[in-house]
Amino acid sequence: MTPSTMWIGPLCGLLFAPLLPGVINRVKAFFAGRRGQPILQAYHDLFKLVRKGVVYSETSGGVFRFAPYLTLSAVILALFLMPMSGMRAPLSFQGDFLLMVYLLGIARFAMVLAALDTGSSFEGMGASREVQFSALAEPCLLVGLLFLSAHSGRVGLSDILGRITAGSWQDMPAMLALLGSAWFILLLAENARIPVDDPNTHLELTMIHEVMILDTSGPDFGAMLYAAALKLWIFGALLLNLILPLGPPSPWVQIPFFVIGMLSIAVTVGVVESIMARLRLLMVPKLLIGATALVTTALIMKMAVR
Amino acid sequence: MTNATTPAARIPNGSPFELNSAALLPVEEFRAFILNGSDRGGRICALFGYPERDVVEVMVVLALDHQGTLEIARTRVDRSYKALTPELPQAHWFEREIAEQWGVRPDGHPWLKPIRFHRPWRAQLSESAQVTSAIEPGVTDYFRVEGDDIHDVAVGPVHAGVIEPGHFRFQCHGETVLHLEIELGYQHRGIEAVMAGYHAALPFDPGRRVIPYMETAAGDTTIGHVTAHATLIEGLYGIEPPPRAHSIRAIALELERLANHTGDLGALAGDVGYLPTASFCGRLRGDFLNATAMLCGNRFGRNLVIPGGVRHDLTDAVIERLRKHVAATWRDTKDAVDLLWNTPSVMARFEDTGRVTAADADRLGWVGPAARACGVVRDVRYDLPWGRYRDAPIRPISERSGDVLARALVRRHEIERSTAFILDELTHLPAGPVRVALTPHREANDMRDRAAVALIEGWRGEICHVALTGQDGRIRTYKIVDPSFHNWFALAMSLRNQQISDFPLCNKSFNLSYCGHDL
Repeated sequence: MTPSTMWIGPLCGLLFAPLLPGVINRVKAFFAGRRGQPILQAYHDLFKLVRKGVVYSETSGGVFRFAPYLTLSAVILALFLMPMSGMRAPLSFQGDFLLMVYLLGIARFAMVLAALDTGSSFEGMGASREVQFSALAEPCLLVGLLFLSAHSGRVGLSDILGRITAGSWQDMPAMLALLGSAWFILLLAENARIPVDDPNTHLELTMIHEVMILDTSGPDFGAMLYAAALKLWIFGALLLNLILPLGPPSPWVQIPFFVIGMLSIAVTVGVVESIMARLRLLMVPKLLIGATALVTTALIMKMAVR
Repeated sequence: MTNATTPAARIPNGSPFELNSAALLPVEEFRAFILNGSDRGGRICALFGYPERDVVEVMVVLALDHQGTLEIARTRVDRSYKALTPELPQAHWFEREIAEQWGVRPDGHPWLKPIRFHRPWRAQLSESAQVTSAIEPGVTDYFRVEGDDIHDVAVGPVHAGVIEPGHFRFQCHGETVLHLEIELGYQHRGIEAVMAGYHAALPFDPGRRVIPYMETAAGDTTIGHVTAHATLIEGLYGIEPPPRAHSIRAIALELERLANHTGDLGALAGDVGYLPTASFCGRLRGDFLNATAMLCGNRFGRNLVIPGGVRHDLTDAVIERLRKHVAATWRDTKDAVDLLWNTPSVMARFEDTGRVTAADADRLGWVGPAARACGVVRDVRYDLPWGRYRDAPIRPISERSGDVLARALVRRHEIERSTAFILDELTHLPAGPVRVALTPHREANDMRDRAAVALIEGWRGEICHVALTGQDGRIRTYKIVDPSFHNWFALAMSLRNQQISDFPLCNKSFNLSYCGHDL
């Protein structure tokens, strides 16, 4: 593996991430009997937004202005830590999975600060929900990584995810299935999808993620949208490393498989959103705790087997 | 028995009466009459004031659903009187309205504040110095909960969706709503005031487009309001529309119910993020509206109902087309709506959300599907039938649980029953003309000092129109009570101790009208 091919995965992410929301929307439209928006709509939106001006409310200060870019930078950095399609990540070192988790944490923290900075009760409410739910979602990610770390005996993200192969599924199908389903729930929760959040709603009082960026406009809003798409890509890649372990025949075989895998995840998300209603907000913590319980069970099983 | 001593006029729905036959009681007896009427199972349909020389006359219309009659009484008040609300909470909104319109203070009213934010209609008050400052909608005192952890959330009057303006003030403890206060009035247009002086049998007065005003009193209840108006005018002038007109009106009214109930179920699905039903019902609502367009060329039923009958007859070809269209749309609607009940995540979301009790519904005088969903069975089509429903009353649907699920279920079953009614009517549509001329059968002198009350069960609930004529036979006072006027407080009650994130869902489950309330 040459160092240059390591960059292909993250660059694919930067390039194709806005495709994911487009696919999800098309799947939802199909279930609703509509044709739906163009698959490239997110790209159009981003190009439109970067050309626009920005409106700042009088109550917001500096935090609100730099937060979108802090969010975006943190997410991009996290993207470069994430191994993709069976290749190592361009940036990797021992213990880097903690950095990835906390980069996503920083992205969220900046977004929450910006929401609070607007002084709007809606955004404050969204921020409160985001923080409450992420506190419950983070253990699910960390314990899952811990499980993989225990499996591989390593502490680098590229190492622990690289150790998952088709053979691992034969050795410990139950544990990986537990981890996979928990991380799929995590993907839905972290990316504000149904059943945790409703990305389509216009009802501020029910929103979590959307309400936090209500006051954000123009290029700032574009940065937030792009960061959201990249985050979906990161979680998709994480899940794909687990359920579609691509061995190393050659990057030119792995990459197309990887992209197809990512699109399949988007289709699955779209199907889930089409066939079920959103959970009552009170039930979301139970769902996240349940997901954490699944990965914890996997970890305990792993320890018991050893 | 109390009935023997009841001094009030007892009339069936839609009948005219001499104003003087409705006893003019002293305030104390008037209060006693209303409280006693409530004990006998009566409820307030309308309680309103109108000027009578230098004082204000207040009229009450009580409905005794189980006896199928209305009782009317009057009293005269000047600056203040002892409020009914502490003993009879269902009067609270009405008494606030009287206080705002006529400057009459109901002493002891627990929460007296404006409803529509306009100047008093009583001339001598309007000119006095105390109300010269501008009245801004929504600028008033709000209920406050004190405490470090309590926060206010203010929503509206401008909302994220394309809906009407209204201001909602939540007192929250974290995500839990302790109290919701609803301020309306942004849509006040003065529909009632413009009706004064109207005479349906006199040449058309271009300044008063009465039928369009009635059709848009609440835009989604065109047939309901204009049927109430037409029934009232026919009552006043002693005219009975032909049976075919009654049938066509009933078909139109039920189509309006179908369209709105279907739209509501779709919107409920949309609010919980359940896509299939939301999308299908959006289209199917359009199909029901198209059925209304077959009747009169307008999807909302404008230009169909007029005093004396209906403007458009149905040919046999249209009847056949309509029957096929309604039957087909019902089949699709059933499939789309039943998806809700086959999806556990939707049921989990509807169940136990926004629960209200039958006791509150009774005490606070709610009407329509909102009342029927918590076991308070009142339906004008059955209790006080008018027109076609006198011969073919529709049995009311009721549910017990009083939550969003129950309000959805009531709609689901009402769609089924209304479809059956429409198909039946289309099969046996009476022959004959569809309207009669609006010439009073009585001498012009007999039109003096009369009154009539018309109750109609619109899709949202009971619509009450009351008209009083003056010395010249023209209308001197016209009162409209939209079901939303009764029910807005039900929404506030449904939010008590609920999650604030459930507000949109609760709101949609009542789907009340802002303009129908504000008039």
